[in-house]
Parts: sequence; C-alpha cells; structure tokens
Amino acid sequence: MLRISNGRIYDPANGVNGAVRDICVNAGKIVAELPAAAKRIDAQGMVIMPGGIDIHCHIAGPKVNLARKLQPEDHRLDVHPGTAVTRSGTGGIVPSTFATGYRYAALGYTTAMEAAVTPIGARHVLEEFHDIPVIDKGFYVLLGNNVFLYDLLKAGRREDFRQAVAWWVNATKAYAVKLVNPGSDELWKGRRNANITDINENIDSFDLTPLDVIKAFIETVNDLGLPHPPHIHCNNLGRSGNYATTLDTMRAAEGRRAHIAHVQFHSYGGEPGKNPTSKGREIADYINNHPNITADIGQVMFGKATAMTADAPLAYLLRGISGNKWVNADTECESGCGIVPFTYHEKVYIHTLQWAIGLELFLLSKDPWRLVLSTDHPNGGSFMMYPRLIRLLMDRDFRNQEIQKVNQKAIRQTVLADKLDREYTLEEIAIITRAGPARALGLKDKGHLGVGADADVTIYDEHEDKEHMFSTPRYLIKDGVAVIEDHEFRCDHEGRVLHTAPAYDAAIENSIKPFFEDNYSIVFENYAVTDRYLHHHQVIPTVLER
Amino acid sequence: MSDNIRTVEHATCTFCGCVCDDMDLTVDMDAKRITKAKNACTLGRAWFAEHTIEDRPFALIDGKAATTEEAVEAAAQILVAARLPIIYGLSDTTCEAQRQAVAICDLMHGNIDTTTSVCHGPSGIAFQGVGESTATLGEIKNRADLVIYWGGNPAESHPRHFTRYAVTPKGRYVPNGRKDRYVVLVDVRRTPSAPVADLFIQIKPGHDFELLWALRAFVKGRKVDPNLAERTGVSLATMEDLVKRMKSCRYGVLFFGMGLTMTRGRHFNSGAVLALATDLNEFTHFVAKPVRGHGNVTGADNVVSWQTGYPFGVNFSRGYPRFNPGEYTTVDLLARGEADAAMIIASDPASNFPRPAIEHMKRIPVIALDTKPTDTTQLAKVAFTTSTYGINTSGTVYRMDDVPITLRPAFESPYPSDEEVLIAIKNRVRELLTKKRTRFPNLKVA
Repeated sequence: MLRISNGRIYDPANGVNGAVRDICVNAGKIVAELPAAAKRIDAQGMVIMPGGIDIHCHIAGPKVNLARKLQPEDHRLDVHPGTAVTRSGTGGIVPSTFATGYRYAALGYTTAMEAAVTPIGARHVLEEFHDIPVIDKGFYVLLGNNVFLYDLLKAGRREDFRQAVAWWVNATKAYAVKLVNPGSDELWKGRRNANITDINENIDSFDLTPLDVIKAFIETVNDLGLPHPPHIHCNNLGRSGNYATTLDTMRAAEGRRAHIAHVQFHSYGGEPGKNPTSKGREIADYINNHPNITADIGQVMFGKATAMTADAPLAYLLRGISGNKWVNADTECESGCGIVPFTYHEKVYIHTLQWAIGLELFLLSKDPWRLVLSTDHPNGGSFMMYPRLIRLLMDRDFRNQEIQKVNQKAIRQTVLADKLDREYTLEEIAIITRAGPARALGLKDKGHLGVGADADVTIYDEHEDKEHMFSTPRYLIKDGVAVIEDHEFRCDHEGRVLHTAPAYDAAIENSIKPFFEDNYSIVFENYAVTDRYLHHHQVIPTVLER
Repeated sequence: MSDNIRTVEHATCTFCGCVCDDMDLTVDMDAKRITKAKNACTLGRAWFAEHTIEDRPFALIDGKAATTEEAVEAAAQILVAARLPIIYGLSDTTCEAQRQAVAICDLMHGNIDTTTSVCHGPSGIAFQGVGESTATLGEIKNRADLVIYWGGNPAESHPRHFTRYAVTPKGRYVPNGRKDRYVVLVDVRRTPSAPVADLFIQIKPGHDFELLWALRAFVKGRKVDPNLAERTGVSLATMEDLVKRMKSCRYGVLFFGMGLTMTRGRHFNSGAVLALATDLNEFTHFVAKPVRGHGNVTGADNVVSWQTGYPFGVNFSRGYPRFNPGEYTTVDLLARGEADAAMIIASDPASNFPRPAIEHMKRIPVIALDTKPTDTTQLAKVAFTTSTYGINTSGTVYRMDDVPITLRPAFESPYPSDEEVLIAIKNRVRELLTKKRTRFPNLKVA
C-alpha cells in the first residue's frame, strides 16, 4: 500500500491536467482510497505521470542480439555496473538486456514494445524478455513477407489466411502483427538483392502486389479485433519521394485502423536517387484528418544509432553510404534482416532533414493522441535521447538554438525555418509518451492513473530544464512497488510479457503442417512456443473478447 | 527388453550444432535406455544409445561420495573464497543453465568463458570486425544453388548437414535438390566429404587466407599475383572459375569450419571468408555461416551476449562486463596462473587444453558439472553428477543458425540438471557474499 501526496498530476486520459491530489496504490493497482496508516511519498514540488510506454523500439531477439555482438567498441565506452539489488551489464546504442530494463525504468518508462520479431525467433525474444527487468514488454510478429500466407492470398483463400494469421499470433505469443516492406523479401533473396519500389508491382512468382498484402492484413487484423491494429513499416523507407507510398498505404486502410511506424522515415519528397525534400506537412495533414490512423515519429537524434531492420534492402543501401560493417540475416519463409551501425551528423544535409522532418511532424500534429513519440530505438537514436527530444518539443528557445547548429540548407526545406512558436505542454508530453501509446496499443489499464489502472507511476522533480527533468525521475513505481526511490534502485522487479490470443480454428494446422515439412528446417510440432517461455505474463483480450 | 516402452516423437539431438529436431525415440523406461533413434545419424545414434543411468554418487568431494547439497556448499565456499574465480564450458547444456552461470559470475565478479574461445572464437572476433551475411538453414535448403564448404568435414562431423539442410534436400526454388546445386569443398586433404562435392579444391595447409584474399581480388576485378598459385596449391584458372560460379549463382553459401578458424591466420581467415561473402552481395545474394560443433554452443554465444554485450571471454572483476580475448579467455587465464578457482560446466578442458593450462587446473580448486566421469571431473575437488540435456531434461538450445528449439526429454534421471545445481550454488553464493561484503555482519541495527 502506498499513497503519493501533494504532487501535480498529469493524467490526460482522465482529464487531469496538473491538479494536486493523492494517488493511492494497492496490490499493483491504482485504488480510490487507503487507510491513513499507509506508507506515504510526499511528492511536493513534483510532477506525477503514468509510467512511460514505448510503442516502437528494438530491444530483444535475434537481430538485436546480433547488433549487440557486433559492437564491443560501443559497450566498452558505456558500462553499467551492478548494485546490491540489480544485475550489471553494458550500455551503448544496443544495451545488454539487464541494462535495457534498468535504463528504461530510470527514464520513467514501464512498458516497451519490441517492434519486429520473426516467428521462428519468438522463443529467443521471450528468453531475452525474461532477462529485461522492471518493465512490461510485448512484441510484434513479422508476418508481412510470410511465404505461406502469400500462398494463401495468391490462392484467394482469405478465410484460411485469417485463421493462419490468428494461429501465428498464438503460436508466437505476439502482441501485434507487423508488416515490413511487404513483398521485398522475395526480390532481395531470390532476385540478386533487388527491392520492390512500387506497391502496385507484382511480387515475384506470386500473383500479388504489396498493396494487396497491406489491404489483406488491415482487414484481417481489424476483423480479429487485436488490441493493436497492423503495425506497418511502409515500402520505400528512406527513399526520396516515398511520401506518396506512405499516403497510398494509409489510404488503403479505407477508414479501418492502421498504425504507421516511424513515419518520419516515410515523409520524403524529391526524385528517387536524388536528395530528399520534406513532405512532413502532407503526411501530418493526412494523419490529422484521418482518425483511423495512428503513427509514431521515429525521430532522428544526432549521434550514434544502429540501423536494425527486417527491411534488408534498406540496410544494404545504408551500408553503401556508411561503408560500415554490415549484417544480413535471412530467415526461412519469414523475413529478411539487415544491421548497420550508423551515425547521424548535424552538418549533413540528409541527416538534418530527417531530424527536422521529425520535429515538423510533432509541431504540425493536431492530435497528440495519434502521433506519438519514438526514435525507433536504436534506428533513429537511443531511447536514452528521449529527454532531449522532450526538451526540443517543450522549449522553443532551446529548439531554435539547436536549429542554428545544423545544416541550414536542410532547415530551409522545412517549416522549422519559420521558427514555429509551438511548445508542447506537460499534458501533451504525457499524451505522446503515455496515454497516446496506451490507447493506440489498446492497453486499457496502462497510460493512465484512474482507479483500476496498473500502478505504474513516475514521479519527476519539476525542473526548468526539461531534459534534466525527464532524465532522472525521483521515484518509479512499477506494479505498486517503489523500484526507484530518491533516484536509486531499491529492489529488482520482474515485469510481465504482454500478448494476445485471438481465437482460431485449429483445423488450419492441417494446411500449415505440410508446408512446414516442405519448406521449413524445423519440425512443425517444435515450432509453436509453449507457455513455459512466458513466465510472468498477461493476455490482453481482443476487442471481440471484451 | 521390457514391455514398458515409450516413444518420444520430434525429439532433438544435441550431439552437434545441427540440432536435428526430427528424432523419433523408442525408450525402454525400465532399463532407462533409448533403444532406437529413428532419423538419427551415426553420431546421433551413439549419443542416444550411450546415455543411460549409471549408478554413480550424486557428487564427489575430494574423490569421496557426497550429496548434491554438500557439494553445493563446498562449491559455494570455493567460489566465494577465490579472488578470480572462472567459469568455463557451457556449450553442452541448456540456455536456462547458461543464464544461471552468467548470474553467478556477475554476483562473484568472476570471469566467464565458453568453448567458443577454442573453436569459433575467431569467427566471433571476425564478426565484430566485418559483420556477416547469413541465413537460417531452411533458407539454404530452399534457395541455395551454390554450396561451398571450407575447412570442414561434415560427412564425419555433421553427417546430416548434407542430407537435411544444405546439399540433397529439395527446396522451394531448388525443386530437384542435389541436381540443382553445385557443391564445392575446399580443404587441405581429401576427406570423406570430398565425394559429395562437384569440385574439390585441395589447398596447401596454412594458406587459406591467401586464397580467400585472392578470390576477393578476383571478385572485384583486380589483378592477382601469379605466385599465389604456387603458394596456395590452387591454380589461377581454378580460382577464376570458382569466382565466376560465385558471381553467377542466384543464392550462394560459404560454410566454414575449424580448419579455417584454428589454423594459421585464425580470425583473419574468418574475417576473409565473411568479407568475401559480403563482397559477393554486390553481384548476387550470398551468405556465410560457421559450422558450429557442440549442441548448444550457439546458445552460449547468445546468452552471454544478451546478458553482457559480449559473446565469450567476459570478465566481471570491476563489477561490470569487460571483453578481451587473449586476456579473459580461459586457456590464457589458466596458463598465466591467474585464476584461483574454476567451475567447469559440461565440458572437459582437462582432456584438450594445452599442458600449462591443465597443470594450473591441478593447482587450484576445480568444480565440475558433468553427466559422466571425465579427465576434468577426475582432477576436480568438487564434482557434480548431472542429468543429460535433451535426454533427461528439457530446456532450450540454439542451432548453429541461431534458431532456438525446445528439448523433449526421453526419460527421467535421478540426478539434478545443470540448471538446478547452478541455481542452488547461486543462492548460496549470494548468501555468503552478502555476509562477506557487509562490513559489520554481526552488528545489530536498532
């Protein structure tokens, strides 16, 4: 039992905007009242928000571990000593599992979603999740280049397709369905590293276009009632002129729910092969006017990053630019993958343009509930950059000062040249880092502090410098346990795995099994992940089950 | 044979890095013995047949029979008293046990290393330097039309590598299986794998790097020193022909073994083979893959990496992980006489390490966890008998291509698993360390 008194509360989902009132916590939940004798935290002069929620990051699993192994030079510079209650680890752009959990917690975050997992790698992700302390986590399973599902679509077996998608979500213990550059894998693996650039183009050997695939998933995932709509990494990421593909993809939703991942990387004008321009306004306008669409920004932050993506052709393109070491990893029947360490420089035109387009999208957004914060960690920069990003949004003078330091030619392409006045309020920050992601994810018990919510609470010392303020919460309450008190870890804590389990007809296995025998290298019966990998977990009901 | 027969379908063989998961086991439950292993290769059949329950003490302390509990106490006391305790092995146990081993090391600020450091450690180092284009084995089965083996003899070390994954199986884009593939073997001598290849290239021992570098030059259209033919034992025409095949295939793969990583050049050799595969992606799709030996050595690499950021050779002396092969690798720590206690898990370094390392093992207290008596358990002060992963206990293993698989045990063992022993040691070490690190352990605070 814990009572938090005298703090200013920002709980946008319940319309609380800076009011001073008590928050009561019991048995891991927010409750209405507690006996007077309950332990008390005096939060005088402090700001209270629900625990932060990262809707799109890469923190665990096969590709993340490859990227970790790839960069010893980066770990060496940023060690993470253990304490009497916490494990040690290493940091850098791809931290070890323990460091990942503790560092998210130390920023005030209590939930993070791993955004791209091959089905065959699901077991690996869950093993790593077990070693990511404090926070709750879930993952999105990559189905957008799945050969078996393509076979079903090609044959027009839409009902079987729907059953198979539901089967795969269950078999992997996923939270949501992810599409990455649909159609590209066949060309990348099968046609000498080619890529698909037009979503109306036929995907090799399948009588099918990326647009067909996108539409099928939007329809099916919405019909299944998964708490989060299809999470889409659009085609043509990073390419000049790609905003048209992004708009076409959003239009394909035809009013049904869809989430566009790291939309900054998909908001470029210009001719393919030439320098990009900004189409931030066009993308922001479309999202502003279409309440069925949610998106996360994928903000670029200057400094070290690592491109790690199921979009293998993109990683190869980046390798050509950076000349850096490169990992490619093909997963049978399911996915491609590419990894390239990368650094964003403030004097480089394209890097500055990317940075500026992210800020443009934030500043032109009219609905913070639907355009939420991410750096696509570690693709645009580390999640450790969130406090700095928050300051860029909240502090106009700081932003204008930073704009002076970067490539001015790029700035002139964007609305930042107009020195926009907008400053995000604490309430809006609470929306783009908590309440908004929770709503987009369909997590009813998270992202708010109403009675019955998960007792995931962050308490910040109020400070003029918002980067400083959001870097070090004074308290972090996870499931009602004060994990951080006075900026120090007081105990270790195991968060939950969040997943969903849509109903399906088991007869679909009769279709999937023969495909395994012919195409996979492991036995069908050894493929589905059993509950023993879940440990501490929670099934989030589908819309149909609520 | 008794009537008490059980069958276990879709069991997994953990003998080698192929980790084939299509075993159908027939188990005599009374005799506690696997009598038949359908689909297993000769190595797999021997693995399943050999593991029975022998009547051995649960543990030995100084050669005398002891209970597991007594041995846990003795082991914890040794580890806590040591200034630089080291943990080594781990490639023949589950990921669940490996996680506990790293946890113990983190607690006691010791050193942890796996058998990777004496097999594909150089490939791990090369990976950090140049990256890797790679694939799961099913992708190779479905797509590879050019398969090159370099410095390995899978016919004897990984018999089903050819038949289940890479050479003979029919795949989606290679519907005729073997007929749709061109197979090359590069090695210093004609091994039993050679008849499988369409082209066998015999290279002079110790000259792999030169040949790989020459191939890279040909791929990039550069001139090559004609003397290389004499030095490597491979004609320039053969090199050019191979390069032509590599550039014109649709999906090529380079498998490499310890013939490359543990001979002259080591991580330079691995780096060269990885760089060659990377270069070829300018022309076609090309991947490379180390052919790993032990059943879960790939799991060890993964677990140690996700917990520490580094794949092997990790030191916690300062309270956080540091990596430095040559300094924190086990052979070196032992040969230099730095380690003052060792815990060896599922490995037998006393039978295969260099003599100075073994000599030092004899001077320090050694704790061993193994399913059978080995040279290492013989010299150990504390030796645990543990059950066998994949036969008696479940858990997770990673195939050589990083695909995780859950084990299906065949019959129960009276002995505890490595994981159970390690959890008990961890808990006791934590208790002892809490006392040791508290300045006034007996002071009562009001």
